[in-house]
Amino acid sequence: MRAYTSYEPLTEYVLRCADNTLVLGHRISEWCGHGPILEQDIALTNMALDLLGQSRMYLKYAAELLGHEETEDSVAFLRDAMQFRNSLLVEQPNGDFAHTIVRSLIFDSFHYFFSEQLIRSKDQQLADIAAKSLKEITYHRKFSSEWSIRLGDGTEESNRRMQTAIDDLWRYKGELLTPDEIDNEMKEKGIGVDLNLIAPSVDNYLSQVLSRANLQLPQDEFMQKGGKQGLHSEHLGYILAELQFMQRAYPGLNW
Amino acid sequence: MTLTTDKEIKHPEIWEILEQVKDPEIPVISVVDLGIIRAVDKENGKVIVTITPTYSGCPAMSVIRLEITTALLDAGFKNVEVVTVLHPAWTTKWMSEKGKKALREYGIAPPLDDQAGEIELFGEMPAIQCPHCGSMNTKMTNKFGSTPCKSLHQCNDCLEPFDYFKCH
Repeated sequence: MRAYTSYEPLTEYVLRCADNTLVLGHRISEWCGHGPILEQDIALTNMALDLLGQSRMYLKYAAELLGHEETEDSVAFLRDAMQFRNSLLVEQPNGDFAHTIVRSLIFDSFHYFFSEQLIRSKDQQLADIAAKSLKEITYHRKFSSEWSIRLGDGTEESNRRMQTAIDDLWRYKGELLTPDEIDNEMKEKGIGVDLNLIAPSVDNYLSQVLSRANLQLPQDEFMQKGGKQGLHSEHLGYILAELQFMQRAYPGLNW
Repeated sequence: MTLTTDKEIKHPEIWEILEQVKDPEIPVISVVDLGIIRAVDKENGKVIVTITPTYSGCPAMSVIRLEITTALLDAGFKNVEVVTVLHPAWTTKWMSEKGKKALREYGIAPPLDDQAGEIELFGEMPAIQCPHCGSMNTKMTNKFGSTPCKSLHQCNDCLEPFDYFKCH
């Protein structure tokens, strides 16, 4: 893998999709064997697997676009943190179960409306991957929404933990829905999703779920951004240290 | 390449071999009955089998690719390629009646066509028939199961737990 500092716009765009799903899939997989009850442990690992599968489709496409004998593995295992294009939200730590659920609720709400639009992309590969993923994303969004409602509308403690998680993670929502130059260029070309178009649907969906869950929408409008451009929180480095360990310690190792 | 869901088409001898390749996780249903074979073509002596993945992350897919290749090589075809296409996305509607029957006999409730309860928040699933005793008095215990394609259920009459192959 070369030491890329920037990519072609389409490659940037595909990497954002690939890295969002790869990093969130990895985060959720950290619950394996630690779920609060067996059923939810299985549910979380199932979703981690779906996300990893979706990521592989995007990574393969990114590798094709990069050329130079890149593969889905080299793209996943041999880029450093600054070359990752995932949003800050998905790299945030699991925290308690409430933080994991809220992180997924925000991402799944975005991912659902994003993929629903991406199906109409003029780029056939992206359209196909989005169509393939959408049914899985529908299950994920149902899971995170139902748990948000169950816990928010649960006991005093579960409500407090959920509200804390929302207050902690809300600032990472903005980046998902705020277009930058790459988003605009891809939208103009009919390849990418119009984020301004899906933002009201995502916000509306989230406020409906939070209202059913007796949870308050945060009033603070400050939104943290940077992940899409490769400026990450310190958490991503630790994720990569684990995710990439094998290929870094034993370069080229195969099963 | 012709995408198709039925198989009274070209190269019946190859379809016959594919009938023998089973899903590694559910060894009673063939890849043909599962509905993942999209096309079988021959080009200059090369057999090209086009398949579509079930779930994005399903680890059985790489085994299935390998088993299809092996079965065709064993049958004497020298040059075999398995191509994966994403579009159109696989759906349980492509599963054959024969496949559904085999699932039920194996102890897995086959997918119903009604997906509404699986999408609506807190939606009620339609009654799933217990594959062991035939009772309709069953409950879901987990939307996610031992593989991405299944959910977990229990029969209220015979009390046996069972898997349901989710609609997709």
